[in-house]
Formats: sequence, structure tokens, C-alpha cells
Amino acid sequence: MGVAEIFESMEYGPAPESDAPARAWLDGHGRAFGLFVGGAWAEAVSGESFETANPATGEVLARIAQAGADDVEAAVGAARKAQPGWHRLGGHGRARHLYALARLLQKHSRLFAVLESLDNGKPVRESRDIDVPLAARHFYHHAGWAQLMETELKGYGPVGVAGQIVPWNFPLLMLAWKLAPALAMGNTAILKPAEYTSLTALLFADLCREAGLPKGVVNIVTGDGRTGALLARHDGVDKIAFTGSTEVGRLVRVATAGSGKALTLELGGKSPFIVFDDADFDSAVEGLVDAIWFNQGEVCCAGSRLLVQEGVAEAFLSKVRARMETLRVGDSLDKAVDIGAVVAPVQKERILAMIARGVEDGAELWQPDIPVPGQGCFVAPSLLTGVEPSSVVAQEEIFGPVLVSMTFRTPAEAVALANNTRYGLAASVWSENINLALDIAAQLRCGVAWVNATNLFDAAAGFGGCRESGFGREGGREGLFEYLRPDYAKSFKPHAQPKTPKPTGELAGGAAGIDRTAKMYVGGKQARPDGGNSLPVLDPKGRLIAHVGEGNRKDIRNAVEAARAAGSWGRTSGHLRAQILYYMAENLAARDGEFACRVAAMTGADGAAEVAASIRRLFSYAAWADKYEGAVHGVPLRGVAMAMREPVGILGIGCPDGLPLLGFVSLVAPAIAMGDRVVAIPSERHPLAATDFYQVLDTSDLPGGVVNIVTGARDALSHTLADHDEVDAVWYFGTAEGGAAVERAAAGNLKRVWTNNGRERDWFDVDQGEGHEFLRHATHVKNVWIPYGE
Amino acid sequence: MTAVTELHRGESEPGRNPGLALDPDWVDSVRVNRSAVERRTAALPGRRSVKKDWQAAWLLKAITCIDLTTLSGDDTPGRVRRLCAKARRPVRAEILEALGAAALPIHTGAVCVYHEMIETAVDALAGSSIPVAAVSTGFPAGQTPFELKLREIELSVAAGAAEIDIVISRRQALTGDWKALYDEVRAFREACGPAHMKTILATGELGTLRDVGRASLVCMMAGADFIKTSTGKEPVNATLPVSLVMLRMIRAYRERTGHAVGFKPAGGISKAKDALTYQALMKEELGRPWMEPALFRFGASSLLGDIERQLSHCVTGRYAASHHQPMG
Repeated sequence: MGVAEIFESMEYGPAPESDAPARAWLDGHGRAFGLFVGGAWAEAVSGESFETANPATGEVLARIAQAGADDVEAAVGAARKAQPGWHRLGGHGRARHLYALARLLQKHSRLFAVLESLDNGKPVRESRDIDVPLAARHFYHHAGWAQLMETELKGYGPVGVAGQIVPWNFPLLMLAWKLAPALAMGNTAILKPAEYTSLTALLFADLCREAGLPKGVVNIVTGDGRTGALLARHDGVDKIAFTGSTEVGRLVRVATAGSGKALTLELGGKSPFIVFDDADFDSAVEGLVDAIWFNQGEVCCAGSRLLVQEGVAEAFLSKVRARMETLRVGDSLDKAVDIGAVVAPVQKERILAMIARGVEDGAELWQPDIPVPGQGCFVAPSLLTGVEPSSVVAQEEIFGPVLVSMTFRTPAEAVALANNTRYGLAASVWSENINLALDIAAQLRCGVAWVNATNLFDAAAGFGGCRESGFGREGGREGLFEYLRPDYAKSFKPHAQPKTPKPTGELAGGAAGIDRTAKMYVGGKQARPDGGNSLPVLDPKGRLIAHVGEGNRKDIRNAVEAARAAGSWGRTSGHLRAQILYYMAENLAARDGEFACRVAAMTGADGAAEVAASIRRLFSYAAWADKYEGAVHGVPLRGVAMAMREPVGILGIGCPDGLPLLGFVSLVAPAIAMGDRVVAIPSERHPLAATDFYQVLDTSDLPGGVVNIVTGARDALSHTLADHDEVDAVWYFGTAEGGAAVERAAAGNLKRVWTNNGRERDWFDVDQGEGHEFLRHATHVKNVWIPYGE
Repeated sequence: MTAVTELHRGESEPGRNPGLALDPDWVDSVRVNRSAVERRTAALPGRRSVKKDWQAAWLLKAITCIDLTTLSGDDTPGRVRRLCAKARRPVRAEILEALGAAALPIHTGAVCVYHEMIETAVDALAGSSIPVAAVSTGFPAGQTPFELKLREIELSVAAGAAEIDIVISRRQALTGDWKALYDEVRAFREACGPAHMKTILATGELGTLRDVGRASLVCMMAGADFIKTSTGKEPVNATLPVSLVMLRMIRAYRERTGHAVGFKPAGGISKAKDALTYQALMKEELGRPWMEPALFRFGASSLLGDIERQLSHCVTGRYAASHHQPMG
């Protein structure tokens, strides 16, 4: 086509980015890669390898090693060996290395961008303008945290060796999100890229050599899910950080259960994109482009569920359709392409099958009349309207350029529809009314909410989700704690299960008084056990003190139901919760002698000391209730990213056996201080301190359902809680086996779990027994991004 | 396709925006989220790119959309004649030849001058089909009596201006007196008669993008043929965010009324690369018809020189010197 013809047609024409440097780099490695272990390239002992291809053309780019058990062993060994020295290097020393990595990423930014697009299929515009700069920014930001660790994070040390498994949708960026905080905090790492997209991680390995990173600090092992499983199960790994599908996340949860490994999961999503009738529609439409047609829709936080106010739905959708007509689909290396290739043929098939499924369920499919290459893994941008919440495409992640659309009538209905999902990753809210937008953002169950924006990311703001989108945060101060361990944890002793005395058949303290029956406490009322059975409570000599109800599954069900009904507790003010906690302390103090006798009768220990410590603890959390504040992150935009601490929701708590009052109070108080609702299983051996305590609750204005107490077999009941899909988190402080069982069961809805890993803390010690660690587990951080400007 | 051929069809000319009664509800409903607009315009230059022959063709098209402008106190007939000669032959013949574009009608969209220079320009452009545009209504500040403004338009049209670039009274937008703005612009439009009216919003003085959107809409309701960003004399002139907001208003107006209104960014566009970005913005937001001079103009004086150098580079592969390009 000549200039004169183009002058008439005014088409864009091709704008190819040269792939020559990327090909030269591949050639330099002979188009075959080993593993990066201990600072050097090594052939895989497994001898296995596989091909990696360009999804836009099908062209094979290189052979990648499939790391086997011996290879993972070697990598873990190298990381273990390197870890103490890396930590000892100090914050400044590590900061220098991270800074060097950031600089090198920038220096080779175009090579990284082109290689990423070749391997993954994403448009080079995105890898160049988004992935690579964000990755470099992550290293810069965390170089800063390394520098500040010793002064800003006193009392914390590294977790140790981190196994990190990243997905194929943002290969380099996810590498940065994983490695930068881990390394900054003094951990060493073994990173496993996704098998479709290993190349930029391998290029990064070259960078580590160039930067002079100490050997073994970063190790890259390539391979498919088998390699990931080897890493997740390896005893020499202290922490697993996984980003990927919810399905595989569940496997990782099960694989690490009971191992003592710290775990963060960043999983799938079905994020709502909510448009109110007072939004700037044109901008919201452009937001949708960034939400669902960014990276071919292969984004865990893609705004894939459009919720638009019914009265303006048609007007808005017609704008969406018009905008879709100007999207350009094509070669990933064309600089003027909006949508590249999806990652692999199997992904294309899955997307097409999901679209067909949506149509089967009654949705109407619309695709623009634009050219889509016939060869290669290309999928046309698609809009499914008339989708009902019951449809599979409204519930399940498609991970492709497919938008599903629904309508709502009122703000309350928008929130209900938005939260009507098993996921909880991200959300966008579009309204020019700040009252409305912020009110909605606060009510959404997610880890990230963007107001009049979408898919904004920065190293200074944490990213991560709740529900089946996983747990943990990457980025920001909140993300650092995923790679830190409090120093006092070193002094934890192995958990010793107290011996159960043999029943003597005698009554403790004679039989003169009126029989007091300890009941369970559900929804603010005393409740008899569903099964109609009771368990004896014995003193240390085996004499019967009293009976408690033997809770079963149905009691847990009822307690969770009551907790669910008490949802407004999470919206009360910190001041109110503080008042109630002080009131509880006051009422406990009024009966301190009685509680001290009760504790002493059950445990034979100093009951007065335990009661005094419990009163202090209630005061501590009354103090914290209005002080555990969020942050405003320094993200690079005109606006704010507010890191808000929100209650986790419904917490199941399996209390330790010893210290029946202090253990119970130490766990329940931080939860209610932060606005959580609790189903607590008190000390199995000594449950009467907790059952007496419900009278304190009753007289302290605590709303019914906020704290529920079910007595009985702690491990069995904790397991039921861990298995309950309505429960958002479980804390368990018992045996190692009990903790493992809870972690395994929690895979069901991927709830957060906090266990003692079979170790015992000193509950009297204020460092170990209260404070930040408890508060962190009682909350999750939601980052609300609010760009502003009129 | 050029404005001048449509012009002689006069008031009832099909395709011209006749305007409509002021619709205050519509004006009130305008919503603009500044941050979102800025994100879109920040991303656009990276999202769209034209290379090689495509770039050359686009730049030639850009030339046909330039209102080649001189608006200085020291303008003289000699200066204006030189500008008009450049408007007729904006690119060296050998470059057009080498591009295979010798047969294309490459001349600027118009020549834009003050009233006093209209006759000189009309004479100098005789037979070229290049229209003369005149700035009017107390340009650039618009702080002259209303009657004088009308008279100025009438005199300019009588002197042969085929296009009139009026300035709005910014105080009316700033105080939200949309009725006053509408009435004034409506009166200007009537005074223009067959001449096409471009309404200059002076967006750099409007304060908010929402007001830019509302003023755009009111001017189109009042019968503007073009809406134009700036006089070139404000501290901040054409910007991509302001342009995007105006284009979205043009699109909304087109969707609701069926009438196509043109767009003219003016001031500060001096690089070929900037021109390409604006062209991509037009294509993306409004589509192919808005890439033609009938609906798109650049108000610029130095842009042409940079485009010429870029075209020369397209042909020769060497970076060009400005003194090799004939002065306008």
C-alpha cells in the first residue's frame, strides 16, 4: 500500500517492535536452559525438558528444563546455605543489591519487555509500559525497606528460605512481587516460574549474576506443577508464596498443612466493576478496557463482572460496544495492539468453552466486527449480557477477554451482587458522588478497591485478597510481614499436652451447693448442647468439678449462624468496642476472687495471677480497639491509596488447654476489638473459666452473637470450624496434629489459618501474648485507591 | 470535502450543525472524571503508533488539517502573503514526488488571520480553494462590547472570511450562566451566516474539565460548526485531556442529534509526533471522518515546519535542517 492509498484509508499499519535482541539472547543460551542454582547454571539432574512457544505464532522459542526432586533438593540446599549470610549482610548491604537489580532491570527494560511478549503473548505496549516498570519499581521500593528494616522493623527477622511459585500471566512482575520483599527482609528464595513462561525469569537469573548477587540468594527452578509440588512439600522450605489458580492454591494449602511453613496465596477472582448512574460513563468505559481487555483478560483481578445500574444499562452498554469496535487484536509485538494472544492453545479452548457455556445459560454474546487473526491463540473481545448471578460465567473465573454484565437497582443491591461470589480480590466503583463511592468501597469484600479507576498497582500498596482469592499481601508495609517472623518466636517451647487426671468419682469441694450447669453460649443466650450430652470437668486430682455440654457439629453450625447474624459488629466504632472491652474488664474485676478460685480449682495453678493478667489484657485490647490504624500509602498518583484495616469476619478459635482464662481472653479480645465475630472452643480440660465468662459478656453490653462459646472436644470442633465455608479464619492453639488437621480442612474455602505449629508461647509475656501479631491476624488490609482531581 | 466548497451552500447547508434549543438538563448531566481522563490520554501515545509510509501519509493528512496561523501585532501584508504561499505549497515538490503523493491535493486546511489581513489573504489564496479564517469577537480576551463583536463578524464575512473563529465570554462559563453563553454564541452564529463558526472555549481559563465539557455542549447547541480549545494566547492551550473531553462531547452530541461538529486544538502543538497523537485520538474517539479537514483542524504556526522535516526524513533517511524548508 502506497502513501497515496493510506492517505485515503488512514489505517494504522503495522508498528512492529524488533525482537532481534531477544532472539540474540535466546541464541546466546543455545535456545536451551538449565536451572539457576547457587549462582550458576546447572543442567537438570532429571534430564527432562520441554518446549516453550510464542502463543501468537506457535513458534518454539527454547527448551526449558523440568526440575525434578534432586534439582529442587539442590536449589533448596543452595538457598539454605546462603540464607544466614544474606541476613547477616545487613539491611544496607541487601539494599545495595536490590538497588542494583532495579537498575539493571531498567537498563535492559526493552529486552525484558520483548521477551515477555514473545513468551506470553501479551502486547508489547503493556509489557513495556506496565509490567517491566512496575517490576523495577518493586525492587526500588524494597531496596528501601531493606535499608530501613533494622530501624523500622525491630524485633523481626527473616522467615528463612522462601519457595515462590508464580503464574504465567505476569511472569516478570510476579517474580518481582515475590523476590523483592523476600530478599529485602533477609530471606533467600527458590522461584518457580510457570511452565509456559519461564524466559524472563531465566533472563533475570542472568541479571542476578551481572549484579553480583551472592550465590544461592536467588535460585530459579523451571518446570510444571510437579516441580511446584516438590517445592511446596520440601522440608527445607520455611515459607511458600503462591500465585495462581484457586484450584492449585487448594493443593498448595493441603501440601503445606502441618509443615510449619508460612503460606501466602494470591488466587483467582471474579472482580466486580460497578457503574452507578452518576458516573463519568466514557471514563468508566475506558476503565473497562483496562479492567477486562488488559492482558487479554488474563488478570486475577480483572474487572470481569460488570454491574451497571439498571436505568442506564443500555446507554452504558452501547458505549461499551462502540469502544470494543476500536480495540485492536493482533501480534503481541505490534506496538499498536490492545489485545495479544492468550497464553496457550489450551487456554483459548477453555475461554471459548466458557463463552459457549454462558450462551447456553441464556446470556447474549456480542463481539465487535474487528479483525482477529485466524492463526495463533487469539480470542475476540467478548461481551455477555443478560447474565444472571446463577450462571456459571457469572461465578467462575474465565481468565480471558470476556466481560459479563448484570444490572442492579440500588446501592445495597450493587453491594449484594458484588459480594455474591466465592472470591474477594478486587473491585472498581464508578460514581462522581464521593459519598456513594466510598460507602460502596467500604462494603465490598475484597483486598483492593479502586474508585473511578481500575488495575492500579504500586509497590507501596499491598495487593491480595480474601475468601477464595487467598490471603496475604504483596507490596507495602503490610506485605513485609509475610516474610518476617517475630524474634520472640524463637523462644516458643514445644507444646506439651497436659495429662488428663484419672477420674476418682469424687466431687471436688463437697456436694452442698446448688448444681450449676455450665451451658454453651450462642447468639447471646445460654444454649444446651444439641446432642444432649455432657462432659465431666475434673480438678487436677481427678475429682469432678462440674459438667459442660459436649458440643457437636450442629452446635458449631448454630454458633456460626449466630455469628453471621451479628455482622453489624464489624461496622461499630472502635470507641464503642473499647467501651465494651473496658466494661468486660470491669465486670471481671468485680468477680476476680470467684474467677481466681475457679481457675485454681481446675488447674491447681495461681488463679489470681491469671485473672489479673486477663484483666490487663482486656485493657490492652480496649486500648487497641480504636488505635490499630491503617495507612495512606505513597503511591505515584494524584490521590490516595488508603490501607484500611478491616475485620476478617467470622473467626473460629480453638483455645489452648493451659491458662483457661488468659488463653481464652488473649485470643477472643483482639478479635472482638477489631470487629470480628467469634466462635470459641475453650480449653477442653478446663472449660469453666470460659463458660463463667459468658456472664461477664452478658453484663458488658456485648451484642449477642459476637462471641459464641461451644464446649467439647477442641480438635474435632476446630476441624468443623475449619471445614465451615461461612467461617473466614481459624486460630488454633493446641497440638501439632490438631493444627495440621485444621490447615488441611481450611483448604475448602481457603480460609486464613493461624496455628501455633505445635509450639507454646508464654501467654503472660506481653510481647508474646498480645499486640501486633494478634491484631494482624484479626484484620485484613483493604487498599482503597482514590485518585482525585476536578 | 473541503470546508470552502460546503460554505457556499449557505445556512441551510446539509451537514452543518443547525444547533438546537438550550437543554439545561443535558448540560447539568455532564460528568468528567479528571484522573480517568488523564489516564486515558497518558496511555494513548503508547497504545497507537504509525510508522513508515503510514506515518508519512498521516503527516500529509495532518498538513491538510492545519489552520496555518499568524496572529501578531506585527502582521503585515507581506508576511501574510508569504504565509499564504506556504499554505498553497506546504511541502517541497520533490518530497511529495518521492512519497508518491504528487497527485494528492496537499495544502493546508485554511489560513487564519486577524480581520485586517483577510483581504490580503483572500487575494493571495485566490483560486486555491483554501479558505481564510478570521479570529473575531474581541479575540483573544473577548472583552469588547457585544454589538462590536457582531459587527466584527459581519465585517469579516463581508471581507471574504469563510470561517470565523469566535471566542466565548469566559465569565459566562465561569459563573455557570449557560443561558447567556448560549444566547451569545447563537447570535454569533447568525452573524456568521454562510461562514463556518469555530467557537474558542479558551479552556485554559475555564478551570475544570467539567466546565470544558459543559461549555462544549452549550456551544454545539448554539450552532457551532467547530469547537476549539484555545486562542493560543492563554497560559495553557490545547492539551490532550481537554481535547478528550471535548471529543466526547462531540460524540454525545452526534449520537443524540445526528449532527457532526468539528474539533480544533490550538496552541502548543508544534511537533509532528504531537500531531500524530491528536490524529490517533480523533480516530479512536470519533472515527475516520474526523480525520479530515471538514471536521478537524490544528491551530498552529510552527507545526508545519516540523512535519516537513519529518517527511524529509521519511524520504531521505537523513534528519533534516530547518533552513532547508521554505519559510512560511
